[in-house]
Amino acid sequence: MALRRVVYNVTRSPELASGGSLVHAPIVPVQGEAREVHEDVAGEHMLINIGPQHPATHGVLRLVLELDGETVVRCIPHIGYLHSSFEKLGEYRDWNQIVPLTDRMDYLAPLIYNCAYAMAVEKMMGIQVTERCKVVRVMCMELDRIFSHLLWLGTTAIDLGAFTVFLYTFQQRELIYDLHESLTGARITTSSTRIGGMMADLPAGWVEQLSKWMEGFIPVLDEVETLLTNNAIWIGRTQGVGVISGEDAVNFGLSGPNLRASGVDYDVRKDRPYYDYDQYDFVVPVGEHGDIYDRYMCRMEEMRQSIRILRQAIERLPGGPINIDDPRVILPTKTAAMNDMESMIHHFKVVMEGVRAPVGESWFSVESSKGELGMYVVSDGGPKPVRWRVRGPSFINIAALPHMIEGALLSDVIAVNASLDIVLGEIDR
Amino acid sequence: MANGEFKKGLKGLDQGPGPSEAQAPGAPPQAGDLPPHPTVDALREHFGAGVLRHEVVAGDEHIVYIPPERNLEVLGWLKDTGRYDFLQDLTAIDYGGGRAIQVVYQLWSIPTKLNLRVKCELPLEALEIDSTYFLWRAADWMEREVYDMFGVVFRGHPDLRRILMPYNYAEGHPLRKDFPLRGRFSRAEQTRRALSMKTEDHYSPQELEIAHVLGQPLPDVIVEGGPGQPNQGEMPGIGIGAG
Repeated sequence: MALRRVVYNVTRSPELASGGSLVHAPIVPVQGEAREVHEDVAGEHMLINIGPQHPATHGVLRLVLELDGETVVRCIPHIGYLHSSFEKLGEYRDWNQIVPLTDRMDYLAPLIYNCAYAMAVEKMMGIQVTERCKVVRVMCMELDRIFSHLLWLGTTAIDLGAFTVFLYTFQQRELIYDLHESLTGARITTSSTRIGGMMADLPAGWVEQLSKWMEGFIPVLDEVETLLTNNAIWIGRTQGVGVISGEDAVNFGLSGPNLRASGVDYDVRKDRPYYDYDQYDFVVPVGEHGDIYDRYMCRMEEMRQSIRILRQAIERLPGGPINIDDPRVILPTKTAAMNDMESMIHHFKVVMEGVRAPVGESWFSVESSKGELGMYVVSDGGPKPVRWRVRGPSFINIAALPHMIEGALLSDVIAVNASLDIVLGEIDR
Repeated sequence: MANGEFKKGLKGLDQGPGPSEAQAPGAPPQAGDLPPHPTVDALREHFGAGVLRHEVVAGDEHIVYIPPERNLEVLGWLKDTGRYDFLQDLTAIDYGGGRAIQVVYQLWSIPTKLNLRVKCELPLEALEIDSTYFLWRAADWMEREVYDMFGVVFRGHPDLRRILMPYNYAEGHPLRKDFPLRGRFSRAEQTRRALSMKTEDHYSPQELEIAHVLGQPLPDVIVEGGPGQPNQGEMPGIGIGAG
């Protein structure tokens, strides 16, 4: 059997200090050490297929990898297995009917998508929502940021072998599901926004329920941090893995925690504030190494900051109506529609013909849990959009995956893919 | 709701909401109130006739129309001199009725915190434009999506193939206005095509080439009715009728 010398390039620092303490990664680094291997085993490249049905690809993502031993030479992602042409469907629905499509894209943070869509249409129509609606939407969006980050944390930890974290985070997610349910009547497919307001005002006791959940949540988050942040295995699998430089991250269009972990301070909430985000007191965590560990740290801190924003939102929650007083977009109350002839006609017209938007377009983006979520709506004056486009943050983020994992090890593919926090419903749309 | 106010509203239903007088104090600023966009002025100065039109929509969104044959020149200038380092979005709009398809670039500058939208109009008979892949790598998948959904060809894109639809999709480009919602083929034909897909149909030409060079068969893809699955109605591992 022919022998060949191969230089392994597994570089992992044994001194991974975190929080001031020296941590020894359990994997002993083999840095540039040459070994003799059998040529017929190591010399050949291999083509393997991961997915579309694979638990660690977080949906129906399919990756075709060309491997040299355990090193990834080339990675070619395939998407589209969940494609349902939401954008085309939107062109056949009126403005309010599109709302249910939006939460089916990112079912991990549905309220953010509902709000972003409504905000884009309102901007195009020149509608200013009420103060109460603004604060309620901020609460919805921050709650779902935590909701999505918790899923990310649980599934990424389980991908890397830490099972316990999953139980903690999913228990908390259940409680947020309960909050969703009492707010909107649904747990996942919330469809809670309407053009000009919300489906309904906050139910009685919802704010108290939210405060109670927040009190219990912070200790759980602390506990999860003790499980991971200084954990040698976690550090060994995440530090220095999937690194992307800040310059590359901007060029690849990464956004959200993935971009900020690379040291680029760009958060839509700070840079183009909407809904008075400039008046809330919060900081945006920015990493420096651009690896999985920094993404993890960014998301952990973001959850704490979201709790801060939620507390301030509860404090400033004003009274007053949740919907704007504009009969052209808002339905009359049920009582009025049942008792008053003109209100009934009004109700009929809004439901059957839909809300009409003026000619125009708007590209509006919010900071979703996964990155910058842009909604582009184009109207020709009719009740239906000419074009409704979603700039999905996952779609753009996953495009950088080959760049991050080519040259890495096969086991890191799962880790890097998990760290990007993708949701296939939105990638495939 | 008061009756008079309501009648006004009913009339308004047909026109759609405009900026109403009740919302005047907090209403978004109109085009005239805004300071001019610094980049648009600089573009005008530098390219002259290269800026076909300038529009302001939705209060504060600036759109610049440029000729499609000069897109790389203008966008390159915007990236290097205008410091628009972040390509937020790249998409297209088909207004239907044989009108030109618009390719839309939504740019954001992280250092200067400015937004700009650039549009190129492509007539239906010449759906070709230069790729911005080498300006922003973010354009890679977004250009593939526009190609897939609208049939716009991006010259110079190194890997222009369908992205959301299957590689052997033969019904056209779904987001075009002349594309029917349920596709061009009948349901029976669509099903027949889906069931007769071969392993090679699940791989891109690049991967087929790699497999050819490596001299190994393609790995199985588990898809409905595809290879790698046991025959329908047959339980694997249980030999019925076998002695």
